[in-house]
Amino acid sequence: MQGTPTDAPLRDPSGEIRQETMIINMGPQHPSTHGVLRLLLELDGETVITCKPIVGYLHTGIEKNTEYRTWMQGITYVTRADYLSPFFNELGYCLAVERLLGIEAPSRAQVIRVLFCELNRISSHLVWLATGGLELGAVSVMLYGFREREVLMDVFESVTGLRMNHAYIRIGGVIMDIDEDGVDKIRTFLRMMPGRIDEFESLLSENPIWVERNRGVGILSEADALSLGVTGPMLRAAGVPADLRKDMPYGGYETYDFDVPIRSEADAYARYIIRLDEMRQSMRIVEQCLERLERPGPVMVEDPKVRWPSQLEVGPDGIGNSEAYVRHIMEVSMEALIHHFKMVTQGVEVPPGEVYQAVESPRGELGFYVVSDGEHRPYRVKIRDPSFVNLQATPIMVEGSLIADAIASIASIDPVMGGVDR
Amino acid sequence: MAAELADRMRERFSDVLVARDEVTIVVGLDDLHEVLTTLRDDPELSFDFLSSLTATDWPRQDPRFWVAYELRSMRARHRIRLKVGVSGSDPHIPSVTALFPTANWHEREVFDFYGIVFDGHPDLTRILLPDDWEGFPLRKDEELGGVNTRYHGAFIPPVDQRTTT
Repeated sequence: MQGTPTDAPLRDPSGEIRQETMIINMGPQHPSTHGVLRLLLELDGETVITCKPIVGYLHTGIEKNTEYRTWMQGITYVTRADYLSPFFNELGYCLAVERLLGIEAPSRAQVIRVLFCELNRISSHLVWLATGGLELGAVSVMLYGFREREVLMDVFESVTGLRMNHAYIRIGGVIMDIDEDGVDKIRTFLRMMPGRIDEFESLLSENPIWVERNRGVGILSEADALSLGVTGPMLRAAGVPADLRKDMPYGGYETYDFDVPIRSEADAYARYIIRLDEMRQSMRIVEQCLERLERPGPVMVEDPKVRWPSQLEVGPDGIGNSEAYVRHIMEVSMEALIHHFKMVTQGVEVPPGEVYQAVESPRGELGFYVVSDGEHRPYRVKIRDPSFVNLQATPIMVEGSLIADAIASIASIDPVMGGVDR
Repeated sequence: MAAELADRMRERFSDVLVARDEVTIVVGLDDLHEVLTTLRDDPELSFDFLSSLTATDWPRQDPRFWVAYELRSMRARHRIRLKVGVSGSDPHIPSVTALFPTANWHEREVFDFYGIVFDGHPDLTRILLPDDWEGFPLRKDEELGGVNTRYHGAFIPPVDQRTTT
């Protein structure tokens, strides 16, 4: 920290009162920077003159790690990047690998993928609402946001075995079908949630403090957003109807009926409205998914060279091999054991080539640039994480405003440092 | 859709590839700026959005590095990839931050991981790794490190020798 030394003269040689700016570090350990984000701020009083975001504190080498694992193990790495939207990470990666393999997941698996992605969008937006609310002093919103998210965490846990980092979406489909219990939990959530979103609105939308802290704050114009590569709710709040689910549909999104909320104010308040609306739209999609799930069908491709060899079941510590399957390979069939061994140690062989597959995550364009050299493991996996790119807009949004508004601006970006630093 | 876009590209560029519904243009280092400007400003193409920029390392080939630019058109709703080969002995490539400001952090990341120097970049420093990190970890010939970290001489003992105090 660089401040005014105590023995510095109050006036400079020309007799003017010395005016100095102060440089402070906000973060990386700061409760309102969404994890380990560090901002180097130059302040004139309470006004931010310059702002430099510094990232990398959560770098874990996910991209490098995938180059030393099988294609299937790659899922367990990418799902940990943006830890608030694990299903999107899994989906983007698996779609990319499936395109390299030239296969497509069965239709029921695609419905389940969409279902969980949209539930995940809601749970991610709830964390944004909860943490963003807390940062602006709305502690009750924090409690409500995490309370609602907990219901979804229970859904994820009962179907995938884990609350986060599920590795549920796999190359060629999903690892297990959704059971009746999971569907019931989702239906309960669907009955509960609309009223809760109305509750958030009645708490915040006309709350003078909330409006004062958000309206006209953190403005990012359409031109700035596009040139800085900003996507997701931030871009749609600036009036650009860009949503990959509509623009370049994947995973069957073109067959669902939903709207893309757009605003033109380009401020933190517009992003708030958009995210609330997106939760409602996601619930519309989830309802359509549940209708389609009434038709049974396979959730994984038939090809034994792609599909995971074993039958699985959810146990107390996540998904694992079912007892019956273990008995089959250990006591009955030597061929099944050899096949299991080969699929687990080597896994899928992916023909050489490269693809870029992008999905619309809660934060924007989540892209996977995947390169194969024909081996049993990826040659290169690049995660184009929307938080990483969106954070570049921080200086434009923050410079010239009050330092307190910097907090609101960053909350409205909704960065997840796990995705930024990978 | 990709085939139609590829046909339009072939009218302008010599090296156009189509695979898995994606169009890739391979250009030389000297043409990079011109081609990107054309793709961005031509109203028919309007690739106004740089989605991503990254590199791959092929140590036994020449050129060793391939830098890939993923362009997206918000209006026309199509994509294209631009690839540029960069030599391994002295990896330099012009920065495109003047054309696409979003390239700033992407190029810093590629510099950080691959040591490719982007000429004309306003602030080419490491972004995800510490400033005093040595080496470029996403290069294929980098050692994995493992127990010996190369950061301030730190040594991480094997799991069974670690203490909790």
